Amino acid sequence: MIDPEILIRKGMPRGYFKDIFVRLALGSVTYLILIIALLLFARIIIDGAPAIFSTKFPFVDIEFLTAKNETLHVFDDAEGTRHQLPASKYNEYLDAHPGATIYNEKTFSYSGGGIAGPIAGTALLTLGAIILALFFGVSAAIYLAEYAKQSPFIHAVRLAILNLAGIPSIVFGLFGFSVFVLAVPVITNTPSDRSLLVIPLLINDFALSFQGWNSSLMAGCATLACMILPVIITASEESLRAVPQGFRDASLAMGATRWQTIRKCVLPYSMPGILTSSLLAITRVAGETAPIMFTAAVAAKDDFPWEGLSNPFDILSSQVQALPYHIYTLAARIPNSEFTQRAQYGSVLVFLILVAVLSFGSMLLRAKLRAKLKW
Amino acid sequence: MNDLQEIPTASKTSTTSVDIRNVSFNYGNTQALKDITLDVRRNEVTAFIGPSGCGKSTLLRCINRMNDEIVGTRITHGEIVVDGINIHDPSVDVVKLRRDVGMVFQKSNPFPSSIYENVAYGLRMRGERDKAVLDQSVHESLQAAALWDEVKDRLNESALGLSGGQQQRLCIARTIAVKPTVVLMDEPCSALDPIATAKVEDLIWTLKNDYTFIIVTHNMQQAARVSDKTAFFYMGGLIEFGETKRMFSSPSVKKTEEYITGRFG
Repeated sequence: MIDPEILIRKGMPRGYFKDIFVRLALGSVTYLILIIALLLFARIIIDGAPAIFSTKFPFVDIEFLTAKNETLHVFDDAEGTRHQLPASKYNEYLDAHPGATIYNEKTFSYSGGGIAGPIAGTALLTLGAIILALFFGVSAAIYLAEYAKQSPFIHAVRLAILNLAGIPSIVFGLFGFSVFVLAVPVITNTPSDRSLLVIPLLINDFALSFQGWNSSLMAGCATLACMILPVIITASEESLRAVPQGFRDASLAMGATRWQTIRKCVLPYSMPGILTSSLLAITRVAGETAPIMFTAAVAAKDDFPWEGLSNPFDILSSQVQALPYHIYTLAARIPNSEFTQRAQYGSVLVFLILVAVLSFGSMLLRAKLRAKLKW
Repeated sequence: MNDLQEIPTASKTSTTSVDIRNVSFNYGNTQALKDITLDVRRNEVTAFIGPSGCGKSTLLRCINRMNDEIVGTRITHGEIVVDGINIHDPSVDVVKLRRDVGMVFQKSNPFPSSIYENVAYGLRMRGERDKAVLDQSVHESLQAAALWDEVKDRLNESALGLSGGQQQRLCIARTIAVKPTVVLMDEPCSALDPIATAKVEDLIWTLKNDYTFIIVTHNMQQAARVSDKTAFFYMGGLIEFGETKRMFSSPSVKKTEEYITGRFG
């Protein structure tokens, strides 16, 4: 007969303290990360919220979102009241008070007005890049998933595309600069001096000149599109492959051509996956600074990109401000002070909200489309 | 409606629908079919039976060239003649061939769209836009597939809401909507319950006046019930081919008898 006391062991099991220690250590690391994230967000929200929210209806500072970016003038008037005015209002003030004496005047670049210019620029860049990347990316994915035979060469192509995703964005920026800004061909009747190669087209004076698009919206879009192409291609190819082979077989067996099959039986059912991945790519495009630094973005611009154009297509060759680049400018190029914080933290908060909304939107879209399309 | 080519009238009236002559077929370097010769008669049901991997589905997919979709496969020898035309002739358009030789798959695979769109798909892909023609075709095909009464009130609902047996009959309906002459069926009842299976079998019996059926099946009783002729395959070769009644009562090859009686397979 075995003593039951021995069967049910009493006291601490072996390794009890070790177990508790590991649990505590892993837990504390996890919560440390959480605390860092919370501190980061708290700082941005606390300092940024006053810039874009207000206590009065409609609770959002419309001016910050819709006004152009200006230099901030800070000064005291004769009564000792402190004024903070963007350049345009400052000039109005001077006009309204001719001969007024101004004390302690200080100016802060980029800190006055709003950030409508950068928001508009980022929207245009994102839109253009997504359209380009979707067109080229989905085309390549259809070829790879539906037409290409599985050969070592195609395998190498796929690997190369995957590796493209790992290239640092600054390299894409420099690539875009050397290719889209300086080298791509344009048709023009006045080739630039630094054109690499001029091929006369023999129609009037027109020539194909390899002189690039200069720093412009379209160069920026093209660079950003290159950067997200691997993501779009890979995700689209996976979505295409996830469509059951039975749909293709059935369609082909009914006498549909291959392209009809792809258009009617494969693409519609892979759209949810393609759209979700492209929405995630949007958040990446909207947030990148390095690729647009040399190809499209300017720190200061008085007009919106669509203003002052002789022809609507000129918008493609105009430079733009962009939100991430604006944040970089505000952080790196101007001294930090109590007067610049509104612009700095406000911009970051607007940007964070934008990215959060896009991510959330992509999650919702995915859930909704998944529920609708089941087989 | 025959898209293949202008067919000599002689071959149209001939009793042979699909003529398979000395066909050998390879998956890469593996030979899957060895010198198969058999002819399928018009308006008959021909059953292909045999153990898994014997090549019966492969041969079936050869007849409408669905094997073209699989990389590394080719017919190494012989030819298949459908309605008097060699289907591997360079002048034959594979898309048109498949309109004449339809196929129903093992797993019912309706598109996740409405019942109406599923049946109208084949005609739409041919460029048919006339609503009246499409309506007519959908009605006739669903009626032919004995599905009309069950779905007439919900043509615009998703085909995925149908039961497994209804889905398979829908697949038959959309196959015959393009008016093929031959219908290939790859184990059409393997995923269905006995009642749904009986319905599909009844359907094949009633439709065989208008179409030629070739059916691959693992189910010996089904082959006995539904087919006029039976071909028994083993290891890529055609072992025996003949009248179903004779095959099941007195097979002339020992291997066939062993398989039919369930000794192996």
